[in-house]
Amino acid sequence: MNSETMTSMQRVLAALSHKEADRVPYFLLVTMHGARELGLSIEEYFSRAEYVAEGQLRMRARYGHDCLYGFLYAPVEIEAWGGEVIYTPDGPPNSGRPFIRDAGMINHLKPPRVDKTPCLGKVLKAITLMKERVGDECPIIGVVMSPFSVPVMQMGFGPYLELMLEQPELFHKLMAVNEAFCVAWANAQLAAGATAICYFDPVSSPTIVSRETYLRTGFSVAKRVLARIKGPPATHLASGRVLPVIDDIIQTGAAAVGVSCLEDLAQIKAACRGKITVIGNLNGIEMRRWSIQDTEMKVRQAIAQAGQGGGFILSDNHGEIPWQVPEDVLLAIGESVRRWGRYPLDMSI
Amino acid sequence: MAELSEQFEEALLALDRLKARQMVEEAATRLTALELVELMVVPALTRIGIRWEAGETDLSQVYMSGRICEELVDRLLPPGDPQRTDQPPMAIASLDDYHLLGKRIVYAMLRAAGFDLRDYGRVTAEEVIAKVKADRIKVLLLSTLMLNSALHVAGVVDGLKASGLDVKVVVGGAPFNFDDQLWREVKADATAVSAAEAVNLVRSIMEELS
Repeated sequence: MNSETMTSMQRVLAALSHKEADRVPYFLLVTMHGARELGLSIEEYFSRAEYVAEGQLRMRARYGHDCLYGFLYAPVEIEAWGGEVIYTPDGPPNSGRPFIRDAGMINHLKPPRVDKTPCLGKVLKAITLMKERVGDECPIIGVVMSPFSVPVMQMGFGPYLELMLEQPELFHKLMAVNEAFCVAWANAQLAAGATAICYFDPVSSPTIVSRETYLRTGFSVAKRVLARIKGPPATHLASGRVLPVIDDIIQTGAAAVGVSCLEDLAQIKAACRGKITVIGNLNGIEMRRWSIQDTEMKVRQAIAQAGQGGGFILSDNHGEIPWQVPEDVLLAIGESVRRWGRYPLDMSI
Repeated sequence: MAELSEQFEEALLALDRLKARQMVEEAATRLTALELVELMVVPALTRIGIRWEAGETDLSQVYMSGRICEELVDRLLPPGDPQRTDQPPMAIASLDDYHLLGKRIVYAMLRAAGFDLRDYGRVTAEEVIAKVKADRIKVLLLSTLMLNSALHVAGVVDGLKASGLDVKVVVGGAPFNFDDQLWREVKADATAVSAAEAVNLVRSIMEELS
């Protein structure tokens, strides 16, 4: 018997409202697997909006999850700034050599125009095509890199940390340019049909910078940017720890937060209950070698830790499931959610 | 001396380059360069690394501390100084990836601990095998960020063996921290979850091979 009585959109909105839906919603944040669906290489797949839209729709039909993902690859923004994207046959496209090679270049940096940049247009077209197909039945997640985290790809991690900690004037100039782009890019995706924006901000994690540094850097940036995004934002720290800054992230205006498998999910849920929806936290790296039994156990465990009362969307902990994760595991995640994630949850398990 | 090292640690965590330099210069009037490294610099960096693993310091502090110490120790023990440990030959590289922070931190920590090693930067599997062969490297440290890069380590290990090279391969980076079985799967000899652990690991490997 099919016990599902809600659309994906209704289910996700219930979770965001901290209410229990018919079952726990789950996001399989698959990007590259669409290439496999279409029999294309990863580079070919990402070359056309039509492929990505079709891949996303086919993957949702196969795995039954509750979103479409408008995320192609992280360095699409770097490509927009004129940087290099490197494709590999077995992993996500990666950013090449940083294009800010001297901090002085920041003085002359101008953000790319969203409407004049082909690679961004490709993402917008993919979102529009998906929206035409699903309407309001299923949420479409758009993605931006936070102005505070994208400099890792713009100038390299080490030089960026040195800029952040030792050259505050240039750091603030870079943030201003990046913020202008980020807001325009997020709002263009919403206008194209995205339901919500995932704001990837791993550098704000206490794994990378202290809370003290975060409060005077990434926190202020997020507060300014999220206030100007015309749709619900979800902050994702891409596997980074979140607990020491969870109350601060709530204050930035995020409606949801992507959390790490390095932290206790029950503890995270307790800190977030009624305030911010938790997205996570299956270990995407380990997932590659999970058995079907492992998968069921991990899904049950996550649901038991965070599902009660709504405010929880099951997902991986990084925001992108690796290419090497087999189809059997992805199918088993969905089957396990349908088995163990029906509300009201059976907490005796 | 323990107190001095703790004060030095606090100067590093505060990113106070001037104070850190003054402390090293003052200590250098009483200690040899190697004593200073062993008694003051390495314990401070090790504690910072341990505190990072415990969530008490952040990566930016680990990185900046390593860079500050690398610069200070370079003044006392310039590259090529006979007091540095450069045998057996060691190299470090980032496999397939331009995000070099992990490699940069470990490189800085090892240099601050008095080791000399080659930095190959970003390399492919084929490139690193050729370089290891040419330089007769015995200890190779490989850093990766992406899972597919981590899986490519197996190809490097196979390639080294096929070339008849006896090399200890130590791996590190996010994929290995999120899957504690991965380093064995890619046939590495060891892994380290932090730069401090990497320094201790390298020290024991170098002693074993010497």
